[in-house]
Amino acid sequence: MPASGIAARADAGRACILSDPWTCGPPKPRPGNPHRVSLLPPPRAPRLHPTISAATNPQPGSSTSLPLDPTPSHPPRRRRRGRSTMATLLARQAAQALRARQTAQLGPFASAMQGHLRTYFNAGTPKRFKEDEEKEQLAKEIAKDWNAVFERGINTLFLTEMVRGLSLTLKYFFDRNVTINYPFEKGPLSPRFRGEHALRRYESGEERCIACKLCEAICPAQAITIEAEEREDGSRRTTRYDIDMTKCIYCGFCQEACPVDAIVEGPNFEFATETHEELLYDKEKLLENGDRWETEIAENLRSESLYR
Amino acid sequence: MAFLARALRQSNSRLSSRCPAVAASCRWISPTAAAGSPEAGAAVAPADPELPPPREPVGGARVELPPNPEDALEVFVDGHAVRIPKGFTVLQACEVAGVDIPRFCYHSRLSIAGNCRMCLVEVEKSPKPVASCAMPALPGMKIKTNTPVAKKAREGVMEFLLMNHPLDCPICDQGGECDLQDQSMAFGADRGRFTEMKRSVVDKNLGPLVKTVMTRCIQCTRCVRFATEVAGVQDLGMLGRGSGEEIGTYVEKLMTSELSGNVIDICPVGALTSKPFAFKARNWELKGTETIDVTDAVGSNIRVDSRGPEVMRIVPRINEDINEEWISDKTRFCYDGLKRQRLNDPMIRGPDGRFKAVTWRDALAVVAEVLHQVKPEEITGVAGKLSDAESMMALKDFVNRMGSDKVLCEGNGPNPPADLRSNYLMNTGIAGLEKADVFLLVGTQPRVEAAMVNARIRKTVGATQAKVGYIGPPADLNYDHEHLGTGPQTLVEIAEGRHPFCSVLQSAKNPVIIAGAGLFEREDQDALFSTIETVAKKFNVTRPDWNGLNVLLLHAAQAAALDLGLVANPAESIKSAKFLYLMGADDISLDKLPEDAFVVYQGHHGDKAVYRANVILPSSAFSEKEGTYENTEGCTQWTIPAVPTVGDARDDWKIIRALSEVAGAQLPYDSLSAVRDRISTVAPNLIHVDEKEPCTISAEVKPPVKQQVSSTPFKTVIENFYMTDAITRASKIMAQCSATLLKK
Repeated sequence: MPASGIAARADAGRACILSDPWTCGPPKPRPGNPHRVSLLPPPRAPRLHPTISAATNPQPGSSTSLPLDPTPSHPPRRRRRGRSTMATLLARQAAQALRARQTAQLGPFASAMQGHLRTYFNAGTPKRFKEDEEKEQLAKEIAKDWNAVFERGINTLFLTEMVRGLSLTLKYFFDRNVTINYPFEKGPLSPRFRGEHALRRYESGEERCIACKLCEAICPAQAITIEAEEREDGSRRTTRYDIDMTKCIYCGFCQEACPVDAIVEGPNFEFATETHEELLYDKEKLLENGDRWETEIAENLRSESLYR
Repeated sequence: MAFLARALRQSNSRLSSRCPAVAASCRWISPTAAAGSPEAGAAVAPADPELPPPREPVGGARVELPPNPEDALEVFVDGHAVRIPKGFTVLQACEVAGVDIPRFCYHSRLSIAGNCRMCLVEVEKSPKPVASCAMPALPGMKIKTNTPVAKKAREGVMEFLLMNHPLDCPICDQGGECDLQDQSMAFGADRGRFTEMKRSVVDKNLGPLVKTVMTRCIQCTRCVRFATEVAGVQDLGMLGRGSGEEIGTYVEKLMTSELSGNVIDICPVGALTSKPFAFKARNWELKGTETIDVTDAVGSNIRVDSRGPEVMRIVPRINEDINEEWISDKTRFCYDGLKRQRLNDPMIRGPDGRFKAVTWRDALAVVAEVLHQVKPEEITGVAGKLSDAESMMALKDFVNRMGSDKVLCEGNGPNPPADLRSNYLMNTGIAGLEKADVFLLVGTQPRVEAAMVNARIRKTVGATQAKVGYIGPPADLNYDHEHLGTGPQTLVEIAEGRHPFCSVLQSAKNPVIIAGAGLFEREDQDALFSTIETVAKKFNVTRPDWNGLNVLLLHAAQAAALDLGLVANPAESIKSAKFLYLMGADDISLDKLPEDAFVVYQGHHGDKAVYRANVILPSSAFSEKEGTYENTEGCTQWTIPAVPTVGDARDDWKIIRALSEVAGAQLPYDSLSAVRDRISTVAPNLIHVDEKEPCTISAEVKPPVKQQVSSTPFKTVIENFYMTDAITRASKIMAQCSATLLKK
């Protein structure tokens, strides 16, 4: 059964991280958002099979929630509260490491770029330039003066080129890893990251969406379908809120159009599915997303509130 | 918020750009402006070369200048000279010059209130900006609409209006088609200075049709003026003063008018919106289809707004000759009946009395088989009140081919006066009623039978103090009238000159007699109509220049049916029928129908007649087909399909055409244009769309009538205004209306 397979995989990752996040490899740069490291891929399968998820998700603290609840607790929230100072420290470290790595990578690239630009800008005389270079090269190779011969001999004898190449290899061997151990660690995410959609609620539990249909109107891919009518209490609510995630181009216009911050594109980017149908989100799914990611979404919106 | 408004505005402009012709063709400066003289409204070439070029009048309207040049005057709008008739306001002068002045309270069909102040313009030598809607244009006036003074005045007014207007555009149903939204984008400031609390107003309950959010109201009083002036009900009014000012019913009361839905259209903000449409859709997602209404014989011009396969709402279109820009509540809110009780598949009643869905082939085969078992004279075809001319033509041709001549249309009575067109049409025309000065209503209650005709009569009574005499059961007409009597005796008295109302008729210049189509059902209808003709002759109602003798029909199909000759006697035809073909006919009495008769019901709703049917053939409703309808004044109009048909339904004429082939009497037309060609040989006036073919033959050629007028009083023809046909009977909104609004 594919669903339980997903559950098992997701669970394996979770177990590793939860048991000891620090032993999953040598000391690595901690990405910017510390609690993102421990963020689990949203347990998609448990939604379909709550019994399985409850049985295979040994989570500390889940004893307080109902056994059949598909999302019994919010590990991210717990962890963040526990070590907020630690988190900032790690974040700073990670940022520095990232910057260092970027400059290191950028060095050779930049010089290569310069060379490229030079040839590009001398496009009027490329031929002559090339000829000059070739001539120079040839002159070096056939130089018969002692100095040149000696230098070439030494180079060949001591394998200096080989040593230089290998030393570079060795440097990267001991250098910090550029790659990350993806499912267990994640790269840093901007608070403006536009990932999976979610419909938010007010703190009272009332859904925010008022069915104004501005997101539907602005959606350039026409991925949103809304139907609305008067709810029993006379308020304006949607009866249907569908997003075709395969049509969506993740432009974020919907969350910009929303006057009540109801539809948002959350930080989750791991929502691949096996079938197309699973990506046709309905209102229930979007509200569930909102409930699951509310902490992160609220934090992101708060940090961005100055610029909106 | 600005973003929101921008989004709405963009979509709005997209919408309006889709049908520019509509917007352009429906603005009139004066109601009488039909054909203007060539120089009318033409701006004189500007003297100053720096001026922008002169513009066309707003909405392409044309102004008719009075023949006497002294009755016209010249004003200057933004430097351009325009000639206008005397009595025009500054705002109308600006419209002639092609300048659209922003306004909220001004409405061309209502009286002038001048209380919103949005239309302020600068007039030279005037110390203050002038409210252009209320200011008469004076000769030589120099009006400036685009100066800093005018702009600042508008901005200030807009700021005041927005002071107490809630910022709830996202949940407001007017969003996207809101005058306040549009004009605040165009003329408003980009920020407000009002930081205090906004006022709030308690919502009023106006009934099941109009939803109120009175906090949004900007006190333009358009609805109050509409209710008192057009609808003729004194239900709405202005209460309180200053910031406590609010619109409401004086006492807790519903708005009991058959035209109440029009306040939704004229409200410039979202204070009055449609209750059944509440929160259902935005105007930018709707596809508008310009079609006509079939719930009564007026043929009001409407726009059916649909989203996908669903009709979301119905709004009026402007047609000065028929419905101006109003429609009745039945027209506006019957649309939810199009979604209920629909017939999807052909069905055959089994031996157990239950219907079973079958294929078209099987259903038609069963019908054709039965058709061949009965004698030709036992075949009867009945067209329903919503049938279009094409299907009635096909039905008549088919039944005739099967060897029978018993084809009729319900509501036409035993012996309808179908020989002369002038005998069953409203010869004066609906717009022509405005020229009348005396009305005599015989056995008709226009308020329930044809609300738009009633609105015309009311308009005429209000404008010219025309007298109205009414013969019929006690009725609630919303204008001053004299109840002359309840039965034909009163009519006879008038014909013999013994009645006091005769003096009124005698002194009338353009008298109008309106006879109800309910008279067709009476036994003594020939005698009645001959009496009416006597009255007409006596009081000079029909003259070469004026034909005031009218019949007010009840159903959309009636006029075309009489044109096409569906005139068999219903009682006899039903009694002798062994094979009865009901084409949407639900209101015809089937009591006399023989027990063993085979009944085929072809229609779009599972209504009354379905209980007796043996075979059901599903057809399409007026919103789903192209059909020709003739209204009560003889104007031919087309419906345009707005939504796809439901289930396996087909157009009426196509079903009959298919059946004719299965039955071995194939009709000679395969396309709509071929059917119309056939119609043109029977009734050519049904081919000339949007035209009124005048009736030429006078009533002189009629045979003498020997019948006696009976003393039975006239009956009320329509008991329930809100439920008259299959569509309105299936409608939930109409059921609510009849439960709450009808007087018990």
